[in-house]
Amino acid sequence: MHDDEYILKVENIRKSYGQTVVLDSVSFNVRKGDTKVFIGPSGTGKSTLLRCINQLTVPDSGRVWLNGEEVTHSGSRINYFRQKMGMVFQNFYLFDHLTAVRNVEIALIKVKGMPAKEARKKALLELRQVGMEDWADHYPAELSGGQAQRVSIARALAMDPDVMLFDEPTSALDPELTREVLEVIKNLARDGTTMLVVTHEMGFATSVANEILFMEGGRIAEQGSPQELLSDPRFSRTKNFIGQFREFDREM
Amino acid sequence: MDAVSILIEWFPYLLSGVVFTLALVLASLGLGVLFGLPMALGQVYGTRLARTCVGVFVWFFRGLPVLVLLFLFYYGIFPSLNLDLPAFVVAIVVLGLRGAAYQSQIFRGAIQSIGEGQMIAARSVGMSRFQAIRSIILPQAMRIALPGWSNEYPNVLTDTAVCYAIGVMELLTRTSQIVSQTYVTMPIYIAAAGIYILLNYSGMKCLSLVEEKIKIPGFGHQSEESHA
Amino acid sequence: MDTMLFMADVLVPALLQGLVITLELIVAAAPFGFALGVVLAVGRTYGGRLTSYLCRAFVAFIKGCPLLLLLFMLYFGLPSAGISFSPFVAAMIGFICCNAAYNSEYIRGALLSVKDGQMIAAQALGMTRLQSIWLIVLPQALRRAIPGITNEFIYLIKYSSLAYMLTIIELSGAGKIVATKYFTYNETFMMVGAIYLVLVTITTVSADMIEKKVAVPGTTGR
Repeated sequence: MHDDEYILKVENIRKSYGQTVVLDSVSFNVRKGDTKVFIGPSGTGKSTLLRCINQLTVPDSGRVWLNGEEVTHSGSRINYFRQKMGMVFQNFYLFDHLTAVRNVEIALIKVKGMPAKEARKKALLELRQVGMEDWADHYPAELSGGQAQRVSIARALAMDPDVMLFDEPTSALDPELTREVLEVIKNLARDGTTMLVVTHEMGFATSVANEILFMEGGRIAEQGSPQELLSDPRFSRTKNFIGQFREFDREM
Repeated sequence: MDAVSILIEWFPYLLSGVVFTLALVLASLGLGVLFGLPMALGQVYGTRLARTCVGVFVWFFRGLPVLVLLFLFYYGIFPSLNLDLPAFVVAIVVLGLRGAAYQSQIFRGAIQSIGEGQMIAARSVGMSRFQAIRSIILPQAMRIALPGWSNEYPNVLTDTAVCYAIGVMELLTRTSQIVSQTYVTMPIYIAAAGIYILLNYSGMKCLSLVEEKIKIPGFGHQSEESHA
Repeated sequence: MDTMLFMADVLVPALLQGLVITLELIVAAAPFGFALGVVLAVGRTYGGRLTSYLCRAFVAFIKGCPLLLLLFMLYFGLPSAGISFSPFVAAMIGFICCNAAYNSEYIRGALLSVKDGQMIAAQALGMTRLQSIWLIVLPQALRRAIPGITNEFIYLIKYSSLAYMLTIIELSGAGKIVATKYFTYNETFMMVGAIYLVLVTITTVSADMIEKKVAVPGTTGR
């Protein structure tokens, strides 16, 4: 297999905080159009891994390439790579002092240098994509969690990223709001957006992922397609983990 | 004579200004509590008339520059009352009243931050309103007020320098005297600034030790109106 | 002299002249005091170790040293080092430093109160650190700092009277001269005080209006 096939390559990422090893040599590759879903118990470094990919957290060692260019050790070019890797956070992190549409357009104008008019047009288009066009002039404090998260997805998409990084996008949401956000992410996956998703939504993971990576203790313990992981007896840990969640869901 | 030996020669004179400066600070803080606390109580629990009077007093003493207050009392009000007070006494009165105006608002905020429940509970065990204020509300309010009140110390300290304008023999007045006698400028000014800064930080240190000492575990501190 | 006549012919014109100088001092110092306050706050909060230390030391010095002493240093002290300012410039520099030091404390508090996520999200979009601070964190922080900055502006109005000690005939100085000449201390300083109260009250009201005008739902933290 040629390297060029991969849009994103992650190689031997390590990260510790003091004595605690959060990521212990994690590697994987992503092809264009892939939807990779990271699952696993809390505190196993999934979110840290995403942040290491766009260097919001600087890994202790290991390398990341995007389209064959090294992201790690890229100096001030990191700001270019971050545009190319849209990130969606658990707590949305919308800019509190800006309306929805300003949230989406500000980086287009200030980072990409797009003319204001054009940026506004694109921002509204992105908001329409996530069904938030009617809320363009509302401030974050006036939006529900689900709406805020959809705006934050639009904000990331507006930069025309090569990869989307979703860091537990629905963990802060009520079940009914979770659905509207997952719907948006599913549509993106269907349209061929390349994405990495950290989530605890097992139904979503098994239905959308073309690969599930089960992380435990800072390592990728098992990985495979949803079908493999659920049926192949070699992947017992993942199956157990998903099983627990299913039971938990039923109990709810 | 070089600057250093001049500085050494005059240093005792400079230091004796510290006595006046500290006296002004203590007067301002002491009178601030003495008058500020009753004013705060008047504003929270008093009649409409009491509230208005305190309000006007506070508005007046907080709205006017120290310099104008000093001029007004030193050249205007006291002489027209046929009181020929020395500048130092006038300064103590002015800084004291001004302190009362500022500090009353710190106390007021603290008193108002005590929940209704405390008063109700105190009354329910048979305390009078006055008893409730004295033995239940105030002990709590004073602790809450302490950080904000401590913050007044540096403000008051730096304000004392304005008393130079009416010739009180405090640190800055003596500093200027030395400068005009010796024609040595910067070294004297810097020595004076050093003394002020030392007073500032050692005073703050003492106040935070007091705060530490009277702290009650789990009792929330919040500072109100702490002007920088 | 008849009181009304004295007021109309002597006091009011003199005080108005002084008021103009007072306003000039305030208007000249406030914008720089604000800007330097922002720089100091950002330097302390986001700067490297050295920058942060220098900003902190500057603020500590200005806060610890009486403004009047600072003014004396600038006007009477610096000439011995070969640096001379006019009284107005010396006063302005003193006011700017003082105003900036206190402003920076409020702005720093406000910067720290902006949630970390704002900075993280800005950087995730490819903004540089400076862009993130300038476009995202500062606009939120400054809104929250308005009450504190207003407070400092009021102090500036009052501190501007100290310019008289550098021989600038501003409002208080004009009052002092008239009062001494005509021996009308009570009337004059009451009048001077009233003008300061008007300035302070106008400031309070306008600051409230500004705060309401720039308010964004959910960001004031109040």
